[in-house]
Amino acid sequence: MYLSVIYILWLRQLKRYMRSRSRIIVSVAQPMLFLVAFGFGFGPIYAKAGGGDYIQFLAPGVIVMAILFTAMFSGIEVIWDKQFGFLKETLVAPVPRLAIVFGRTLGGATVAILQGFIVFLITFLVGFHPQSAEMVIISSLFMFLIALLFTTLGTAIASRLNNMQAFPLVINLLLMPMFFLSGALFPIDTLPTMLALVVKSNPLSYGVDAVRDTLVGIGHFGLATDITVLLVVTAIVIVVSAYLFEKIEA
Amino acid sequence: MSIISVKKLTKKFGDLTAVDDVSFAVKKGEIFAFLGPNGAGKTTTIKMLTTLLEPTSGTILMNDIDVIKNPRDARKSFGIVFQDPSLDTELTAYENMEFHAVLYGLSRKLAKERIDTLLDLLELFPRKDDFVKNFSGGMKRRLEIARGLLHHPKVLFLDEPTLGLDPQTRNHMWQYIKELNRNEEVTVFFTTHYMEEADRVANRVAIIDHGKIIKEGTPASLKEETNATTLEDAFLALTGSTIRPEEASLLDHMREGARMWRRR
Ligand SMILES: Nc1ncnc2c1ncn2[C@@H]1O[C@H](COP(=O)(O)OP(=O)(O)OP(=O)(O)O)[C@@H](O)[C@H]1O
Ligand SMILES: [Mg+2]
Repeated sequence: MYLSVIYILWLRQLKRYMRSRSRIIVSVAQPMLFLVAFGFGFGPIYAKAGGGDYIQFLAPGVIVMAILFTAMFSGIEVIWDKQFGFLKETLVAPVPRLAIVFGRTLGGATVAILQGFIVFLITFLVGFHPQSAEMVIISSLFMFLIALLFTTLGTAIASRLNNMQAFPLVINLLLMPMFFLSGALFPIDTLPTMLALVVKSNPLSYGVDAVRDTLVGIGHFGLATDITVLLVVTAIVIVVSAYLFEKIEA
Repeated sequence: MSIISVKKLTKKFGDLTAVDDVSFAVKKGEIFAFLGPNGAGKTTTIKMLTTLLEPTSGTILMNDIDVIKNPRDARKSFGIVFQDPSLDTELTAYENMEFHAVLYGLSRKLAKERIDTLLDLLELFPRKDDFVKNFSGGMKRRLEIARGLLHHPKVLFLDEPTLGLDPQTRNHMWQYIKELNRNEEVTVFFTTHYMEEADRVANRVAIIDHGKIIKEGTPASLKEETNATTLEDAFLALTGSTIRPEEASLLDHMREGARMWRRR
């Protein structure tokens, strides 16, 4: 089953993460900014409009943001490995490439979810309080699914690129609209039809919805829909990613 | 009996034909040197043999497996030391070795034994827990070799393994490889620009130039045919003495530059 291979690839990602403090700090900084600027900036307006406590609404979105960004950008490790040559070592190994992709993405996803937990802890400082401890555990499962989905997507994109400069550009081009049009920052019930349609076709919306639903009990699509969409999209992206990884030449 | 059998192998990069209709065979248990000037197509050939590049045309049979149709099975038969760096510099020397041992399914006990032996052989043992990014160029090269020797494959590819190594290390390395070759019938396919090295260790050599094999035989037969006293003279007689990368592209120079940078 190549479990030890998956394990060692996972362990490698984790070691590399733990050894680069700057990466940890940088990827927490951006969600923090959103939390403070939006939370305190829009909070009073949101409350006046009858929405309630904006921090409660925003915090799950920001946690997902931390996971999303770390997950997508972890794809760059594939490009580093190409550039520094280490990828060759894994490409000639007598193990299925699927095991290699899986080990890598599992490692990247673990790193992303650790980042999410760090931000989660920080949200307590600005007054966020989840509804119950049990639901936090269920929420973590959704967070993990989000992490896995977007690490795999980042890896798939990186498999096709050879250029260290191009990767962040492509990723940002995808990330920004995906994040802003996911309901992470604002409620989607009251959006104009066209925009609502865009949000509904964005897989991230279901991730945000699930995490918010489980953490604070504000949901839009329902958890059953969320999990179905997330599982189906993740499965598709894994297959595509394994295929693209199989095609890499060195 | 041949363990590698290559027929009409061709690789084109755009207009450039890097490997041009090459056929050859390597016998089981042989130490085979693949020689040629810079840019002749040695690394490209090795990349095709080791499933890293898909040939434009031709067939490769290794250990009775069709390498092009069945790369995953083929990967079980060989090990390789690449010409270009391929270590994880963010890991320690030991971690790089461990990673390789797991990829190739070595048992814990055997892995530990061999890792210790090889790190010792290549004089890296005292530095085993240092990060590879803090190694000198020669130390990185030695670690690449130690790692390549870890899993005792059927066929061992060595692409300029001794580049930049001191004579002591080179001797240790070849001693170990010859023992592997004798005791476990590991077939060795290597390239080098040190002709005396090829003369000393190879049972047979093939010379490739401009993507075509121009000569094959034992070192002795090549010297005899060209009336040369050393393999180097024979090599020069066969390939001419003009410096090769006359046709090396700008990209090549950049690649070479990048390589030097990374090696520093
Ligand atoms: N990825 C690539 N894209 C385009 N051209 C390439 C590529 N890889 C190799 N080449 C070209 O193929 C030719 C053969 O290169 P190769 O690396 O096989 O030479 P070599 O015999 O290993 O040389 P050296 O002794 O310098 O290592 C060269 O002209 C090189 O520029
Ligand atoms: Mg070469």
